[in-house]
Amino acid sequence: MELIVALAIGVLTASGIWLLLRPRTFQVIIGLSLISYAVNLFIFAMGRLRLGAPPVLVDAGVGDPGLYDDPLPQALVLTAIVISFAMTALFLVVLLASRGLTGTDHVDGRERR
Amino acid sequence: MTAGWVHHLIIAPVVLPLAAGAFMLLFDERRRALKATISLVSAILLLGIAITLMSLADASAPGASVYLLGNWPAPFGIVLVLDRLSALMLVLTGILAIASLVFAMARWQRMGPHFHTIFQLLLMGLNGAFLTGDLFNLFVFFEVLLASSYGLVLHGSGPLRVKAGLHYIAFNLAASALFLIGVSLLYGVTGTLNMADLAQRIPSVAPEDRMLLEAGAAILGIAFLVKAGMWPLSFWLPPAYAAAAAPVAAIFAILSKVGIYILLRLSLLFFGVEAGASSGFGSDWLLLGGMATIAFGLIGVLASQAMGRLAGYSVLVSSGTLLAAIGIGNTAITGGALFYLVSSTLTISAFFLLVELVERGQDTAAAVLAVTMEAYGDEYEDAVDEEVGLAIPATLAILGACFVVCGILLTGLPPFSGFVAKFLLVASIFNPTGLGASAEISPTDWILVALIILSGLSALIAMTRTGIRTFWASLEGKVPRVLVIEVLPVAGLLLLCLLLAIQAGPAMRYMEAAAQSLHAPQNYIKSVLAAPRAGGGGGESR
Repeated sequence: MELIVALAIGVLTASGIWLLLRPRTFQVIIGLSLISYAVNLFIFAMGRLRLGAPPVLVDAGVGDPGLYDDPLPQALVLTAIVISFAMTALFLVVLLASRGLTGTDHVDGRERR
Repeated sequence: MTAGWVHHLIIAPVVLPLAAGAFMLLFDERRRALKATISLVSAILLLGIAITLMSLADASAPGASVYLLGNWPAPFGIVLVLDRLSALMLVLTGILAIASLVFAMARWQRMGPHFHTIFQLLLMGLNGAFLTGDLFNLFVFFEVLLASSYGLVLHGSGPLRVKAGLHYIAFNLAASALFLIGVSLLYGVTGTLNMADLAQRIPSVAPEDRMLLEAGAAILGIAFLVKAGMWPLSFWLPPAYAAAAAPVAAIFAILSKVGIYILLRLSLLFFGVEAGASSGFGSDWLLLGGMATIAFGLIGVLASQAMGRLAGYSVLVSSGTLLAAIGIGNTAITGGALFYLVSSTLTISAFFLLVELVERGQDTAAAVLAVTMEAYGDEYEDAVDEEVGLAIPATLAILGACFVVCGILLTGLPPFSGFVAKFLLVASIFNPTGLGASAEISPTDWILVALIILSGLSALIAMTRTGIRTFWASLEGKVPRVLVIEVLPVAGLLLLCLLLAIQAGPAMRYMEAAAQSLHAPQNYIKSVLAAPRAGGGGGESR
């Protein structure tokens, strides 16, 4: 499982960075989204990867933290998701404004000649 | 609880602008006078609160005042921490906010929707970032202030702003991703996000985990360096600041100082003298990066043709000087750096406001305004008629005088505070242990001193050239129409700089005390972790 998660984070980040460096605004926005997915997975991984452990207390084993998954990174991821979603929406608006004002989807507002 | 209501004021700099911003959403865009009044009242209250908090912070030193949000004890709940440094930043924010708002009331508030709401949310983000004692909470406030700054940088619209804004947003979103990676790495290694708790745990981190910890701190640092504008990460800054509307650029002058503030706080808290094996981590990078930034900034200042860009590169020079000072990191220079921070922020803010006034009579600004009018055509046209206030006589003379003062401040000549600030920096580089004691001066110190003085020279050359071209050239362009309420904030900020120079003694005592408590973080850590919860019976906060 560790390998799969690590690969997923790596592939998402790599694709994200490649797209971020592309000259079209839509590619940039997709790149930023991919990077934010990778970051969210990474925050999860920092709370240690465990299968089948509940993040909230259940009756059976109250008092033994070894039985539980770390709930804090999950709360952090939730916040990060909301924020990155809002930022993507905001960026999309700027992208459309730029397209409308300049007539091109190049990040510099004009095609390279 | 003897402190009583004063203690609850710590949360006010966050809640008040949030409430004011939300309240203004209820009103229609056309009720500008009402919105401007609410916004200005909120900013004035914020300044009042900040000054009260400053005296509270001074009184409760050497510890810090801690506000437990939700009344959970410190490492578990989120805390707001007020010490001398954060109180100082709050006061600075309040001053700049009032100046920008007064300036914006003349015409800029009409150039786009929801100016005042976004502005208040920006203030909330700034104040929160200065007050918080928790890394993830810092991220949230950082995003609040960034999101509002994205809105504000686009205020007034037009292709130029949208293009600069697009780069600004893309760059800062990528930096936010780095912020999260750094925070989660630190959490993964130490298991806490509370800054005081982190500082306590870092010395005892196992050697095999130390590399991961330092990697996390470095990645986190890059996110702040992007904001502060360290050299290879700063190419977005001058165009974005120059393209932003004048009152927006004026408040943005403190945005780059947020990065500086956090770097100063975290580097001394996490990697101060007591941090064990990691002590002093990253300070060489800050010193070298800061020097590179000064060099890049001073070349940029010399090369700038437009005044807006000149101001943008001055931000870089100021950031670079502060970064290098943090990199040297002894108590004397930190005190000087804080003085420099206040002085240079006030100066650059005034300069951004002034640039717009001066350029109004010239073609470049006319072009920008024309574009703005295109985007907001109707609204602007009827706006011209309802311009309020008196147009001042002898406009050019007053603007010219302000320009000269700005030049003196940027250059660092007496009698204004720029001179005192640079003198303090250079003096503490040469005499880190105080006057009289001789100390070894390393080659990097010599280079840094040379760079600081050269940056003043380059500012002098650039300002003289621009001044001659603007004020002494033949008056073919029309004299700009400038209102009293537009000159007042500029003059006010510059007068504050003069006041800062006259009252340099008391100001410096405060800065030195702030620097001393920054360099002795045990008191900060102790007061955060031992903060008492609000009373058992009926002690509910608020």
